[in-house]
Amino acid sequence: MLELKNISFQADDGGKEIEILRNINLTLTNQFVAVTGPNGSGKSTLAKIVAGILTPTEGRILLDGVDITEKSITERAKLGIGFAFQQPVRFKGITVKDILSIAAGRETAVSEVCSMLSEVGLCARDYVNREINASLSGGELKRIEIAMLMARKSKVSIFDEPEAGIDLWSFQNLIRVFEKMHEEIQGTILIISHQERILNIADQIVLLADGRIEKTGSREEIMPDLLGAGQPCKTLTDKL
Amino acid sequence: MDAIQQELLEQLAGLHEVPEGAYNIRANGALAGRNTTANIDIITKEDRAGIDIRIKPGTRGESVHIPVVLSQSGLQESVYNDFFVGEDCDVTIIAGCGIHNSGDQTSAHSGIHRFFVDKNAKVRYVEKHYGAGDGSGERLMNPTTEIHLAKGASLEMETVQIKGIDSTRRVTTATVEEGASLTIKEKIMTHGKQVAETDFTVDMEGDDSSVNLISRSVARERSRQVFRSRISGNANCQGHSECDAIIMDEASVSAIPELTANHIDANLIHEAAIGKIAGEQLIKLMTLGLTEKEAEEQIVKGFLK
Repeated sequence: MLELKNISFQADDGGKEIEILRNINLTLTNQFVAVTGPNGSGKSTLAKIVAGILTPTEGRILLDGVDITEKSITERAKLGIGFAFQQPVRFKGITVKDILSIAAGRETAVSEVCSMLSEVGLCARDYVNREINASLSGGELKRIEIAMLMARKSKVSIFDEPEAGIDLWSFQNLIRVFEKMHEEIQGTILIISHQERILNIADQIVLLADGRIEKTGSREEIMPDLLGAGQPCKTLTDKL
Repeated sequence: MDAIQQELLEQLAGLHEVPEGAYNIRANGALAGRNTTANIDIITKEDRAGIDIRIKPGTRGESVHIPVVLSQSGLQESVYNDFFVGEDCDVTIIAGCGIHNSGDQTSAHSGIHRFFVDKNAKVRYVEKHYGAGDGSGERLMNPTTEIHLAKGASLEMETVQIKGIDSTRRVTTATVEEGASLTIKEKIMTHGKQVAETDFTVDMEGDDSSVNLISRSVARERSRQVFRSRISGNANCQGHSECDAIIMDEASVSAIPELTANHIDANLIHEAAIGKIAGEQLIKLMTLGLTEKEAEEQIVKGFLK
């Protein structure tokens, strides 16, 4: 169980303090949770705070009752927090197999790597020994990023906009990957997404706006509002 | 050969025992073993230290090992080795030098290698440098390589220096004739107060000739590296050089390219990138459970692979 208590985050914007997150309180049980909201609402910041990449200005984070607010990125990873970046990182000389072995915490067999890659829709044979460098496309990197979390089997797996850069045609398969991970690990899957198809499979949806939780609840409670939401732009309606 | 020399040999060439094919092993300035084959002859030079390696035209799939090991502190030597590779050959040449210095005097090896590669011959040349020993004596290596590629010939050189050499100045010069191609891949890691200088000078003399120089290096602690590449295109040719370096701690790296086109169809490119390990790379590996130090090691290991 992951608990966020009174999390706030301020960033320095050219000498001016701006509030990115304000007083976030959230309890995530072993469920499939989707976090959504407009650009700039603080979704990625929230994910980075959970992973330990950013330190909250205020508030505490608890994993299974243990306060992890002061723990480093590495310690949190070892305690069971996994994070797939929105923008994957490239490495010269490190191969797909190398990084999946690092993620799994042990040397992985070629057959294991192949089956993980096939699940995220990459033809395994072509990728096992490819370097994670500029020769891979954005969509390929995103899939490898997802495979890393499959290998890690973390208690809490966070995906920051996994759909970005992935063609819609293969997107349905990826949804199956998330569902399967959820079944196997029986942990929390937290996906930051704007995709209706992801929101549709979530047990819980969190709607962030302007650094605050605007609404949270089951998809039955949140989805109707979300789809009908969004007042038209006032400047536009005034013109009409 | 003693245990230290055996260890050096293993580090250099992965050799546990006598290599297959032609070889010449030089230990502490003397001949420690030689084998020639029907196609590859090795002859000791009479006027100075060194050997001539003569490979008959048409020799294919054979290899020559010429490792050098130094375990006597204070030994300083210059060795001249000339390779004559006949027409249409396809051979692998493995050279290397290991120095174990447990004394307080400077040990040094300067290998001057000249390659005369005849028409349409293909050579893969691997060179490794390794230093060990806990003495205060310095371990110096100054390899000089001179390459002449005749029409249609090709040479691919891999040079690696990962550990233990205090100071190195490697000078490589090459002339590349019509249709010939030269590839040089260099990997260097320096630490402590080590100094490594690389100096390439390549002249492309014939049409359709090409050269590709690739250097990847890591400079740690207070070490210094200088990468200099001079490429001249005197015909319709393709020249490319790249220097990619990771700088750590208080190290310093310079990349100094010089491209000269003396022909309207000479196409020359240089790329250089020097920088510290990207913060996001470290963070990514830390989210996979590695400590910052382990992450750094993985990144460096991959980079030099």
